Amino acid sequence: MSNTIPNRKAFTRTLTVLAQKDPSIFVVTSDARGSVTLDEFAQLLPNQFVEVGIAEQNEVGIAAGMATFGKKVFVCAPACFLSTRSLEQVKVDVIYSGNPVRVIGISGGVSYGALGFSHQSLHDFAVMRTFPNMVVIAPSDRFQTEAVTRWLAEHDVPAYVRMGRSAVPDIYTTADESFRFGKANMVRPGSDGTIITTGEMVAHAVDAAMLLAGQGIQVRVLDMHTIKPIDREAILLAAKETGVILTLEEHSIFGGLGAAVAEITGQDYPVPLDIVGIADEIPVEGSAYDVLHHYGMTGPSVAQRMMKLLRKRHS
Amino acid sequence: MNRDTVAFLRLKSALVRKELLGMIHHAKTGHTGGSLSSVDILTVLYYHVLRIDPKHPKEPDRDRFVLSKGHSVEGLYTILADRGFFPKEELASFSSYGSRLIGHPSVKVPGVELNTGALGHGLSCSVGMALAAKRDHSDVRVYCLMGDGEQAEGSVWEAAMAAANFDLDNLTAIIDRNRLQISGETERVMRLESLEEKWSAFGWDTLIVDGHDMAALLHAFALDPKPHKPRMIIAQTVKGKGVSYMQDMAKWHHGVPSEEQYLQAMQEMDILIKEVTIHE
Repeated sequence: MSNTIPNRKAFTRTLTVLAQKDPSIFVVTSDARGSVTLDEFAQLLPNQFVEVGIAEQNEVGIAAGMATFGKKVFVCAPACFLSTRSLEQVKVDVIYSGNPVRVIGISGGVSYGALGFSHQSLHDFAVMRTFPNMVVIAPSDRFQTEAVTRWLAEHDVPAYVRMGRSAVPDIYTTADESFRFGKANMVRPGSDGTIITTGEMVAHAVDAAMLLAGQGIQVRVLDMHTIKPIDREAILLAAKETGVILTLEEHSIFGGLGAAVAEITGQDYPVPLDIVGIADEIPVEGSAYDVLHHYGMTGPSVAQRMMKLLRKRHS
Repeated sequence: MNRDTVAFLRLKSALVRKELLGMIHHAKTGHTGGSLSSVDILTVLYYHVLRIDPKHPKEPDRDRFVLSKGHSVEGLYTILADRGFFPKEELASFSSYGSRLIGHPSVKVPGVELNTGALGHGLSCSVGMALAAKRDHSDVRVYCLMGDGEQAEGSVWEAAMAAANFDLDNLTAIIDRNRLQISGETERVMRLESLEEKWSAFGWDTLIVDGHDMAALLHAFALDPKPHKPRMIIAQTVKGKGVSYMQDMAKWHHGVPSEEQYLQAMQEMDILIKEVTIHE
């Protein structure tokens, strides 16, 4: 039976349990109680819940102010607004002032695909990873989301975490096996090539790897859940051992995971690289699946792109 | 009002003015005009109002002060050094390579609560602080000084709405209303008036005081809060206050005095110090 629990729900469930034991955990949200699935948290823990209305700049500023009082603040709102409208507050009040606010962008990427570009966040990895000390994480499934949430509650770091809106297939079977901070997971072994991916694209990468396996091509799949600090070692090992890298992310082809991988391989161990993501244009509208399909980011298209990349290496 | 307190604060602010002018002159950079307009407010806060202990700058129960108009940092550094948060000799390093005394407040400096410099941030952070204090049932009070040009930032009004919504009667904001910003008169750059009506309409208990009148400032800060209402003190000030040729001139926003101008300013400061000392 396929999973029906979206990552945002796995996040709020975990956080609600943790916050019941830890009164220093706070949630600040901007009229996103429903979309983040915070109703239960708000009902059970009203003293640890702050609603600021539709005001993302104020939301992050307030969170930073609360963090100076030792609160572990999780700012929760749609990724599109949180990573854009409040960017200066993230830069100055969180990063520059050293306040460990956890910025949780939900319904990220093209989750709201039919709502248009205003509601998409395809720049967030790029901008967030340029901020010094900022941790950037995109969990792939509900188990990893739970593990990431626990990790964030235990570590006072500024972080940006992006998760999607709909339920996605399970990659893991337990939270414990799913996440070690800053260490990529090899979800499929292989030596013919590597797909490095992150967040909810991991499932599509696995689909592609399975299709390729049917043709006798064994590609490695790395779940790079922690985009910053990125797992250099795993990237360089993949370059050395498999010879080609395809990156797959629900993000602009500029500045995100692909760019981070290119920065490392390009300088230390150049190999043929294909950065798969949303093209540099105002994206088409449609369901999240429609948009991903349009840009060749689902299993079959990714498998084809990998075949092409492998031919390029051998030519 | 205690006359000794007023006399003490007048003397302090005159000394701070002289010191900060020296610091700007030495560094050859600084936001002179706005520092001089806000000195009296900072003096009243740091020498009388705030519950702070320079020996324990991170004491959890301290009152918080946020300089949202971060460019007026020279007065803040001068006062923090004089209060003993860090050695006074360090002021000579202002804005120099490797110094922690940079051109906007930095949390690397003991006594500074928040890095500011981008306008329109301080009040939101202050709301977060005051809200955290409320949720903790703490009696910590939070103070935030904004500029008047800063009032054009939309985030100020998001924070204004939130402070009233959360009944933050432990929060006092002050506007350094010197009526000038970098491009000229505030009312010509972006009309702000009526600030009093705006803040009142946003649910704040709003007062207007003479921002250079120590007795008036002391009185405003000493008033009991109105239950559930944040307080706004609109302090009417003069940019460049205290130095004759700087007063009310937009060009002194970040003007640095020449050698000759500096000597004249020092003479004027000495006269001011003598005046307030005699009156003591």
